Amino acid sequence: MTPSASRADRGGADQIPGQARKTALHAQGRHDRPAPNPYVRGLRPLSLATALAMTLALGMVFFYAPLEAEQGFLQKIFYVHVPLAIVALCGFVLGGLLAIVYLRTRDPRWDMRSYVAIHISLIFAVGTLITGSIWAKGSWGHWWVWSEPTLVSFLIIFLLYATYQPLRFAIEDPERQARYAAVFAITAGAFVPMNYVAVNLSTAYVHPRVFSSTSNLPGSMALTLLVSVVAMALLFTTLCKYELTAKHTRFQLRALRRRLLEEPA
Amino acid sequence: MSAATGHLPRVADERDDRPAGPRPPGFVATVATVLRKELLLELRTLESVPGMALFAVTVFVVFHFALNRNGVNGDEAAGILWVTLLLAALLGINRLFVADAEDGGFDGYLLAPVSRGALLFAKALALLLYLVVLELVAVPAFALLLLEPSLGPALPDLPLILLLGDVGVALVGTLVAALAVQTRARDLLGPLLALPLLVPVVIGGARASAPLLVLAHASGPQPRWPIALGLYDLLFGLIAYAVFDFLLED
Repeated sequence: MTPSASRADRGGADQIPGQARKTALHAQGRHDRPAPNPYVRGLRPLSLATALAMTLALGMVFFYAPLEAEQGFLQKIFYVHVPLAIVALCGFVLGGLLAIVYLRTRDPRWDMRSYVAIHISLIFAVGTLITGSIWAKGSWGHWWVWSEPTLVSFLIIFLLYATYQPLRFAIEDPERQARYAAVFAITAGAFVPMNYVAVNLSTAYVHPRVFSSTSNLPGSMALTLLVSVVAMALLFTTLCKYELTAKHTRFQLRALRRRLLEEPA
Repeated sequence: MSAATGHLPRVADERDDRPAGPRPPGFVATVATVLRKELLLELRTLESVPGMALFAVTVFVVFHFALNRNGVNGDEAAGILWVTLLLAALLGINRLFVADAEDGGFDGYLLAPVSRGALLFAKALALLLYLVVLELVAVPAFALLLLEPSLGPALPDLPLILLLGDVGVALVGTLVAALAVQTRARDLLGPLLALPLLVPVVIGGARASAPLLVLAHASGPQPRWPIALGLYDLLFGLIAYAVFDFLLED
């Protein structure tokens, strides 16, 4: 994970030379102080809201939602697994939508947002696979079951999106890198629902599902699930914002360092 | 081939009294020209299709030894057939744009005043033809080497299902090949991108052809699998057409 992450950082930084230069010029005009990072705004309240929502969701999972009759305590992982899956799916589709905006505006910031959305969704998808696997081990005795369409489609989607970063960083030209990554993000984003339908078709009528939809959930469980989904969506937003802030700060730092090297001391 | 020659783009039309220079060729003429060039290139170099067919036959032999079975039927037969065809298709997908990227074909094409989508269409048609030729070799070889029931009862349905799958493979393959060809690790990225995207084709194709390959031939495929394949083809056709122009800009 570490080497690919550092490569990702370098690639991410390389792709916006124009913005780095602009920031450097801006800094010159303001007496050596860099322009304020636009992504910092609202970060603290958002982080607090996320922490509160996560605490509330976990509290409801453990103290409010009733024990499920058949699976007992194990079923509680449902409140982590399903929100992770929903948010990761939406994040992948969001990455595709942001890529469409990038191709229309050609503003590198949209490309960065698309990249960050897909990056965080990929991490959430790993979480979905791990929690789903644990749930499957607990309830069916196997670490992997092919009869759970959510899990199977997540594996396929994870394998597809795992090639996003290798594809991206195998292209050297920054503009082409952003353009090709956007084409990938749009294609894969449209593939997410399509794949889900195909896998659902292939597993239908094989196994009775535990929860085919939220419609057969009792009210308190549905409410807990809803709060968990909101908390997970907030977590996703916060993590995206943190990554955007970090990336922007790195560009600023790079621009300042470049100026320092250019000016004779 | 000779029919396509008639559609070559006309360079200048003297009776055209518009002040502009030569009229740019239309979409169909461009597709016909590029397709003709592709097929001519393949006929002269024989770079893709013979390799794909030979690869498919070799994979059948490998399956025979790996499974230690003299004959297969039903789900197994459908799975082996589709996996083999998919792997052979990946070879063709990897080679699809290599000549254009290395010998300046992209630059030449971009300089011409023609639709960029036409290149996608022509390449997908060329890949579709390659896949059909591949299957004309591979499916009889499969029947000869591994398949237990005779191919006869499956005949009217199996080619149709294969063709529906081929359209999907050709569209996705062309898109993926265009994405991967400009990267450093194109031989690795092509298959890595294509395989997950083609999982629905394998699901639809294998499930549709499995009932055709059972020993006691009872029923045709459930209608939902060919329909799913057709919808996949349609959706990926639209996606590929929408995004392809962005791959050809510089």
